[in-house]
Amino acid sequence: MPKVTFISHAGKAHTVDVPVGTTVMRAAVDNGVPGIDGDCGGQCACATCHIFIEPEWQAKTGKRTEAESDMLEFADGTLPNSRLGCQIELTAALDGLTVRMPEGQH
Amino acid sequence: MPNAATGVVIVGAGHAGGSAAAFLRQFGWQGAVTLIGSEAVFPYQRPPLSKAWLKGTAALSDLELRPADFYANNDIDVRLGTTVSAIDRAEKVIKLGDGETLAYGRLILATGSKLRKLPVPGMDLKPVLELRTNLDADRIKAELQPGRRLIIVGGGYVGLEVAASARTLGAEVVVIEREPRLLARVASTALSEHVFAHHDSKGVRIELGASVAAISGDGGGRVTGVQLADGRTIEGDAVVVGIGASGHDALARAAGLTCSDGIKVDAAARTSDPHIYAIGDCSNRQLMLYWRDMRLESVPNAVEQAKQAASDICGKPVALAEVPWFWSDQFDMRLQMAGLPFDVATTVLRGDPATGKFAVFHLKGDGCVQAVEAVNMTPEYMAGRVLIGKRSIIDPGRLADTTIPLKQLLL
Repeated sequence: MPKVTFISHAGKAHTVDVPVGTTVMRAAVDNGVPGIDGDCGGQCACATCHIFIEPEWQAKTGKRTEAESDMLEFADGTLPNSRLGCQIELTAALDGLTVRMPEGQH
Repeated sequence: MPNAATGVVIVGAGHAGGSAAAFLRQFGWQGAVTLIGSEAVFPYQRPPLSKAWLKGTAALSDLELRPADFYANNDIDVRLGTTVSAIDRAEKVIKLGDGETLAYGRLILATGSKLRKLPVPGMDLKPVLELRTNLDADRIKAELQPGRRLIIVGGGYVGLEVAASARTLGAEVVVIEREPRLLARVASTALSEHVFAHHDSKGVRIELGASVAAISGDGGGRVTGVQLADGRTIEGDAVVVGIGASGHDALARAAGLTCSDGIKVDAAARTSDPHIYAIGDCSNRQLMLYWRDMRLESVPNAVEQAKQAASDICGKPVALAEVPWFWSDQFDMRLQMAGLPFDVATTVLRGDPATGKFAVFHLKGDGCVQAVEAVNMTPEYMAGRVLIGKRSIIDPGRLADTTIPLKQLLL
């Protein structure tokens, strides 16, 4: 099962194990990781699962979808490595993924 | 002697109640948490019921707010299939449907909303359906076969989402709306007209300004159609009623909590009793942005208030109120709305509805952005959310001019 580590804005790390195919958003929500609410349930409609991908993982997590870019364009604190966690499915290749979280999800 | 229990009891295991239980643990609540739900399943997301669930592209596990083992792992006592019959505020206990009593230190009411019933003859015919739970959705799903004729009473978001899903699955669909336009209570005229045209182009028949006088049957208890007040008959094999809901505040009213179109709460989801909170559809909250109190039926509202109640109970500062927002998916239209169009003097159209991508901004007389409605135009929706939250003053001419990038408007 892939492991994913969430680092909060304050620097606190939470590592969780989830089945292959789980999205980064579900991995956080299912394990009670603070800071990711996933209001819309993964429909790319809310931007409450905004995360930053660490540079070494960017090639493996791929590019934003168009709908995702549209949501992120005016989200709070968007950076070039911003993604929505609901749009990234965890695979064996992403085992060990580390993501950082913004200060808030608005 | 008042009861000395300190645990949190949550009545209602929908999106609001389920979220509150999870936030309490996330925020470090060490005491007991009991989550009581009348349905037989763990908390799940209702929005997909009219969309992915009807179309068969989602499983119940996809809809679950949290996996079933989350509750045991987080020491949350979930009592499913359990109803609550009364709140005794003096003793700080609730009475369950089976007569058992349960003591609380803090009580969170997350009782949701109650669907309005159509007050016409023939409601006992089969199938006359409504949509609130996964079981309701299953009953509708069973009717969605190619060629089946579905009559949807109510042209609001739920009715239109069911219409789009049903049509996508090949059913014949008629939507009957009492008002002269679709989404009359919740959308601007421009959005209503666009949604009408799109549904029409997909073969959904829409009857506006039409009231249902009766559901008609074959004498054997089966639906054969509906009779309209103007004397016309519309034939169909099944009826789905989606004419709105009211806050489920009966328990709170009986217990003497202040209620008015839902259970009155403040910005921390506190009711008129300091030990009782109310969150989600059942509550009527302060909306500081608009200097109004109102009841919101939406997932973001449920989650936001769940967080408010959990924060307050855990002694954490309660976050500032968010801009209310809503979304709906119908066919290939993604509708995204933020804010509420109160005190609006000017509406500004950005983009061209003929292209299927546009946004309607609602401004007060001084140019302050109050609300935005976007169709397949997510950046405008997201930018609108920011403008509304900041109470930005915008020049309507610049807002309508798509040659001016949104980023410049946000400066």
